[in-house]
Amino acid sequence: MRVPCPLCGDRDLREFTPRGAAVLLDRPAPDADAATWNDYIHLRDNPAGASEELWYHGGGCGAWIVVSRDTVTHAISATKLAAEARDAG
Amino acid sequence: MADLIATTPFAGLLPLTRGETTATEIVFDAITSVAPYSGREKAVSKALAARTGAAFPEPNRTTGKADARAVWSGIGQAFVLGPRLEPIDGAAMTDQTDAWACLALEGPAARDVLARLTPLDLRPEVFEIGHAARTLLGHMACVLMRTDADRYGLMVFRSMASTCAHEIDTAMEGIAARARLG
Repeated sequence: MRVPCPLCGDRDLREFTPRGAAVLLDRPAPDADAATWNDYIHLRDNPAGASEELWYHGGGCGAWIVVSRDTVTHAISATKLAAEARDAG
Repeated sequence: MADLIATTPFAGLLPLTRGETTATEIVFDAITSVAPYSGREKAVSKALAARTGAAFPEPNRTTGKADARAVWSGIGQAFVLGPRLEPIDGAAMTDQTDAWACLALEGPAARDVLARLTPLDLRPEVFEIGHAARTLLGHMACVLMRTDADRYGLMVFRSMASTCAHEIDTAMEGIAARARLG
């Protein structure tokens, strides 16, 4: 399996570490209520199909990447730098 | 007072020759990481080019020549190999000279040797002269650059020097043995 890093191009899977759903980028405000923080930390969808995940290119350029992946087919449709995804909202 | 003897990272490990491939240690006077602050990339690149002849490299590229080379070393960061650098305004800089073990892998089969160790696409039309990559060498993080048609530069963490030399030696011997079989 190859992952297209936005900086490095197609790279082997072994250079990457998956972290989890990309909702981690939407950090609640520090004073948000407990239920919101509980959702953020613990609750995840378990989609069969399109998903957005955070991957770390630790064996390469060191960038955090948002990987749009189909969990059924493993096909990767898009990747972008997590910093850019976060700034774009 | 004791007389301290400085040894290089690959002392006693390199050089190695197996078949037509050689691995030779490279000792740089200095290795400096340069990380421009946000919005200062162009000014830092210009200052770097004026001082060393090597501008700040694009991702996965090198600039400059053997005596002063800059290699992209990760997001927003490059290593300058060779000259000692004074601080550049607008960039975070760190002396990395003693942190890395550097070698050159040379010979017509150097690419085949590397192909046993790294998942990178090393075909000459893909990984061209002047290209570089942060990738894996076996289980080690490394900086790999192609400095000539059959010459590759390799940097690993200094603590990994003996592991690196062992991995390279094993791969070189494997390729040489295949060549002997014809």
